[in-house]
Amino acid sequence: MNKAYPTEELLRISGVNPNKCMKCGKCSATCPAYDEMEYHPHQFVSMVNSGDIEPLMNSESIFKCLSCFACVDRCPRGVEPAKLIEAVRIAVVRKQGNNHLLADDVPNMLDDEIPQQAIVSAFRKYSK
Amino acid sequence: MQRIGVFVCWCGSNIASTVDVERVSEALKNEQGVVFSTNYQYMCSQAGQDLIKSAVKEHRLTGIVVCSCSPRMHEATFRKAARSAGINPYMVEIANIREQCSWVHKDIITGTEKAIILGKAAIAKVNLNAPLIPGESPVTKRALVIGGGIAGIQTALDIAEAGFLVDIVEKKPTIGGKMAQLDKTFPTLDCSACILTPKMVDVAQHEKIRIFSYSEVSSVKGFVGNFDVTIKKKARFVNENICTGCGACVEKCPQKKIPNEFNLGMDNRSAIYIPFAQAVPKVATIDPNACNMLKNGKCGLCARVCTAGAIDYTQKDEYIEEKYGAIVVATGFNPISMEKFDEYAYSQSRDVITSLEFERLTNAAGPTGGKLLRPSDNKHPHTIVFVQCVGSRCSVDSEKGKEYCSKICCMYTAKHAMLVRDKYPDTEVYVFYIDVRTPGKAFDEFYRRAVEEYGVHYIKGMVGKVVPEGEKLKVQASDLIENKQLHIDADLVVLAAAIEPDKSARGLATMLTASMDTNDFFTEAHPKLRPVESPTAGVFLSGTCQGPKDIPETVSQAGAAASKVIALLNKDKLLGNPCVAHSNEEICNGCSQCERVCPYGAISYINKEFKMPDRSIKTRRIAVVNPAICQGCGACTVTCPSGAMDLKGFTSKQIMAEVDAICR
Repeated sequence: MNKAYPTEELLRISGVNPNKCMKCGKCSATCPAYDEMEYHPHQFVSMVNSGDIEPLMNSESIFKCLSCFACVDRCPRGVEPAKLIEAVRIAVVRKQGNNHLLADDVPNMLDDEIPQQAIVSAFRKYSK
Repeated sequence: MQRIGVFVCWCGSNIASTVDVERVSEALKNEQGVVFSTNYQYMCSQAGQDLIKSAVKEHRLTGIVVCSCSPRMHEATFRKAARSAGINPYMVEIANIREQCSWVHKDIITGTEKAIILGKAAIAKVNLNAPLIPGESPVTKRALVIGGGIAGIQTALDIAEAGFLVDIVEKKPTIGGKMAQLDKTFPTLDCSACILTPKMVDVAQHEKIRIFSYSEVSSVKGFVGNFDVTIKKKARFVNENICTGCGACVEKCPQKKIPNEFNLGMDNRSAIYIPFAQAVPKVATIDPNACNMLKNGKCGLCARVCTAGAIDYTQKDEYIEEKYGAIVVATGFNPISMEKFDEYAYSQSRDVITSLEFERLTNAAGPTGGKLLRPSDNKHPHTIVFVQCVGSRCSVDSEKGKEYCSKICCMYTAKHAMLVRDKYPDTEVYVFYIDVRTPGKAFDEFYRRAVEEYGVHYIKGMVGKVVPEGEKLKVQASDLIENKQLHIDADLVVLAAAIEPDKSARGLATMLTASMDTNDFFTEAHPKLRPVESPTAGVFLSGTCQGPKDIPETVSQAGAAASKVIALLNKDKLLGNPCVAHSNEEICNGCSQCERVCPYGAISYINKEFKMPDRSIKTRRIAVVNPAICQGCGACTVTCPSGAMDLKGFTSKQIMAEVDAICR
């Protein structure tokens, strides 16, 4: 079990101010990985803000996020939910020690279904 | 030598809790010129003013210093009290010990100390004050209303009903504005045209009102009561005094493929056109960019069919100069461009439309004759998705949208959804909302009816993207209550686009020297207490040029603006502000620097003969200030290299005395 990072730390890592959120849900409306995720982008914003971080850190959702940044692009308030999801992911990865994606391992993971975008963002996700 | 009275106000506890008022009045007793000093709970009250008046008599005061709130608040009150006690009102100075002292300081020691210093500065200034007498200027008893939408129409009618002359300047070929394009109006669902067009006719027939349609204001000079305005009457190539509006020319015009602005480009009009059947004035206008005759001299059909002989291809823009006492800005709004909102596919699919386009689609006089048909294939839509807040309520740094709430969208979307369900019960209607804002008489009841009686699906959440696929529009949205992502195959998507002030407003504000906020809405003189006046004297605000508004609000504001205009035009003379610049002709060297910095054009130059010490006569060029135009901004006084310019009531000597008193 991952123990929770404090809210302030996640906000510092991400540079996100969740109080800017007006709870319109456009981030989750636009998310292509929505059905794969247990917690959705708007929930990340809300849950990090209220300090409910442990469930997020223990959820697969942080690795289901494609880092496509559609939510960042379309958020009318400039909240940037993907950056917050990435901060939670980094928090988990850091606790696990060296958890890097190595370029050599990539060919073994490939299948035809994976979009290019996912590979690129996988480096972004795992190599922090 | 002045005999000055000092009056320190407690403002209840506003000042007294952070400033020791007793100590202040005691400390100021020994300043130069002070013969009397006291304090009182509410100096602005009747009892407080009486205290000042009786002190003036008893101590034969020649100057007054009131240590109280901001001069913006009560300077006029105390000046009036001074006048009734027989002192020139400009012998009163206010030391602002509330906004600039008690409200910003926490402890009584620093607060008191600062209050004393501010009091000393004011006393030092009064010692150098001289009585000032404001000049008078006449009032031109005619008003100008810029914009002929419902705001301008109502303002003009109300002013004209009070017996004053009014001119309306409208840039489009007809008055009526946005309201003429609407189908029904919330919350009572009366037909927009049915309630607007009688008013348009009233305007046209009113003997006190002139309409300058297809015209723009091209320059404004002068000041309150005495504006000189040039109106550019654009050439419409039709003599509007002869044209009967029969429409024969429109029918015969061979050039029929011009996007019709009135129907937002959803159908076409001819090159010579009358915007809509009830247009006022009902005369034709030739679009010079589309007319074959005007472009290459080949056609002339309209002139041949016009039995009245109204067509005039040689017509030129005409400039009309007129004097006005007051100007009302009623320039209105437009929906913002949807082009930056790629996610909603507005530019990709003709079936993604704005709410204003939806109004035209359901309007009996619209491109489909009031039948709701998809623009792409003229088929009846079964699933309709409304998206609220498109471009409204965005963050400050948003490049796409506006920070404010557009205010009218919640209600018109409820109206659209309700009307669709009423007329076409076979439809499924979804409204995606962030909040439903319905503060208004019978507004929330209206919205609830849409949900409860008409079965409109209101979903808390936003639409993330719209993708055209075959005949359908794939709508991906979130349902925040059920924590689900929805996928709807829609036939029509309607975007509630944010509204923004008309683009012409910015240039107009510069001409009028009227201030605007960062969104280009005109600012009011006071957001609560003077909501229909611009800070520029003689300029008034009506309708959405000041902020988003619905029709009932616009009409009430229009009436309020009219009443302010009537009060102004009712006066025979206006008192000017005597605190204006004047040039010392002995020192002025005629360098022209002041003329260049003056934002109001108040400074001119004359050649004047001076007697020299040797009795010879020499002609010199000197600056002269027109006190009626000067606003007392002081730009010339700081620019003048020779120190000839000075501002009455704020002379350099007075300012320096204040600074000295503070630094002493």
